[in-house]
Amino acid sequence: MNVQVADGAQALEGYQKSRGYWATVWMEFKKDRVALAALGVILLLFFVAVFDDFIAGSKPLVLKLDGKIYFPVLFEYKEFIDTDFKEVSENLKKGDFILFPPVKYSPTEYDLLSVLSPPSKTHLFGTDDRGRDVLSRMIHGTRISLSIGFIAVGIAIVIGASLGAIAGYYGGAVDFIISRFFEVMITFPVFFLILTILAFRNPSIYNIMIVIGVTSWTGVARLVRGEFLRLRKYDYIEAAIALGSRDLRVMLRHMLPNALAPVLVTATFGIAGAVLVESALSFLGFGVPPPDPSWGEVLSQSERYVDFAWWLVLFPGAAIFMTVTAFNLVGEGFRDAIDPKRKGRGF
Amino acid sequence: MRTYIIKRLLLLIPTLFGITLITFFVVQLAPGNPVSRKLQVGEGIKAETITQDIVEQTKKLYGLDKPIYVRYWIWVKQIATLNFGRSYTDHRLVIQKIEEKLPITLALNIISIFLVYTISIPLGVYSAVKQGGVQDRVITFFLFVLYSIPSFWLAVVLIYFLGGGEFWDVFPIYGILSPGAENFPFYKKALDFLWHITLPVICLTYGDLAYLSRYQRGSLLEVLNEDFLRTARAKGLPESKVIFKHALRNALIPIVTIIASILPAAIGGSVIIESIFSIPGIGKLGFDAVLSRDYPVIMAIATISAFLTLAGILISDLVYVLVDPRISFEGRK
Repeated sequence: MNVQVADGAQALEGYQKSRGYWATVWMEFKKDRVALAALGVILLLFFVAVFDDFIAGSKPLVLKLDGKIYFPVLFEYKEFIDTDFKEVSENLKKGDFILFPPVKYSPTEYDLLSVLSPPSKTHLFGTDDRGRDVLSRMIHGTRISLSIGFIAVGIAIVIGASLGAIAGYYGGAVDFIISRFFEVMITFPVFFLILTILAFRNPSIYNIMIVIGVTSWTGVARLVRGEFLRLRKYDYIEAAIALGSRDLRVMLRHMLPNALAPVLVTATFGIAGAVLVESALSFLGFGVPPPDPSWGEVLSQSERYVDFAWWLVLFPGAAIFMTVTAFNLVGEGFRDAIDPKRKGRGF
Repeated sequence: MRTYIIKRLLLLIPTLFGITLITFFVVQLAPGNPVSRKLQVGEGIKAETITQDIVEQTKKLYGLDKPIYVRYWIWVKQIATLNFGRSYTDHRLVIQKIEEKLPITLALNIISIFLVYTISIPLGVYSAVKQGGVQDRVITFFLFVLYSIPSFWLAVVLIYFLGGGEFWDVFPIYGILSPGAENFPFYKKALDFLWHITLPVICLTYGDLAYLSRYQRGSLLEVLNEDFLRTARAKGLPESKVIFKHALRNALIPIVTIIASILPAAIGGSVIIESIFSIPGIGKLGFDAVLSRDYPVIMAIATISAFLTLAGILISDLVYVLVDPRISFEGRK
């Protein structure tokens, strides 16, 4: 008898503590160790992207000069506007000290005396054709690649989700017109379109983000449209409309949350795709404008000096590969987590 | 069937219209028109000597003096008769240029798609049969790695190792034929061609392997759960017969139709690979046209490749309906 009561209480307890949707997804996701490791890689990339100035740069982190302490990375000082900190570090007086970032070259600082030098103690990843430190350019390129990936995908989600929602919610003629629009975008050779637009606009990081975003929303749109078409027939949606909710409220509050998880999965794959497109564009010379660093740009130099500059091939290639793989693996793990039935069914 | 096809053909019209409209406006509204470009490039004319007259004359020559919607209308009327105008760079007919280059790109992509299918279907079947086993996981991992390698990176690496960089000089890295190959006998010419396109085809192929074999694996796994396969096993058929005769036939259907979604990506992918290997195909033509702002060529490539893709989607949908009687013409959206 006692046992039964205890069981009942436990069951009730379990009910009260029932995990939410996202907690369940996280539980499922955690089971996949590879995906978890990939998530770790992404967090590391984030860290590098956010703190790139502290990891690689020509300005010292901390400088004690004549008894005063400066933080040249964090703040701009009037007295140091034209200072070469390398000289400062050579002429330090007693009691002063200087602490450089682990990589003490800025991504744009060039040294024509050590052009295209292979990896060495001074330049761990070697230098490029202007004597710039490859490691520093790669570290600073992380921020550019990731921000292009995230913002481009953000734009794609906003466009795709709005168009898909409108098409799926209203159906009929609206759906017909928007569906034709999807079809147009799908049939376009997207990379060629991106290239064309960038060739005519001045290439800037913002233009790249916008162009990738504007041309890659069809996946999200089709997904949201399908989900909305399905949900539209549900009683609770009818009820919400009958209660007088405005269309926008029904779409945003009652329908969109149901489509959120698959959209985020698509977005994760989308970031991998956007990073890849950005590096391809920079490789072709249509990407991030010089002198800003980009992985694709470092790689593109290797094509010109392919006979000997292997470090210009290996390191940026590895960075692009690692980022793309990490996002794809997380996307895959995430997709399995929201739908355990399709586990291992592949891409 | 006929009404279905007619309906699908009618739906092509608004889509094609949208494609031309988007390309036209993207290109036309861009700053830096071909007139100023042309005049800069022009035969050593100095900037001061370019008078307003010359600008107007050049504009008139290319029909750029009319308002944009008139120009669009003229252009649409022209392409209805497959007249894409003349290239701004060398004044040749655009359609001629494309006729020259299209077979090369199509050959590359057909060989690549053929390879993708012949490699990934067996791989997919194998890992579906060994589902969850070591072989399955090794294949999955290996394909996943391939999937994430940027094709332009692999191209550079292949050139470095196999194209006469520091290591072996096994494959040519430039063009599709050796100099003087026009006079080779047929078989020798064909071999020369295959030798030249080996590296580009590898770069175009490996990425799709993962996608397609995973797809094949998934679709076979789905079929393997069906009742009729249990029946086939229950009546004592050998496993090979169950898989190849009963399961695979059904599992191949979605694989065939996916070819339509590979096509548009193929043209885009060709832009990079053809530029790296200097292959005179549509991708390289497009890339050069973008560099020199050759509007007619850009628009023709966008239109023609979109049209090919649309045709591909249509054909694969029809094939889908033909091979799978469970799908009706009207029921499908």
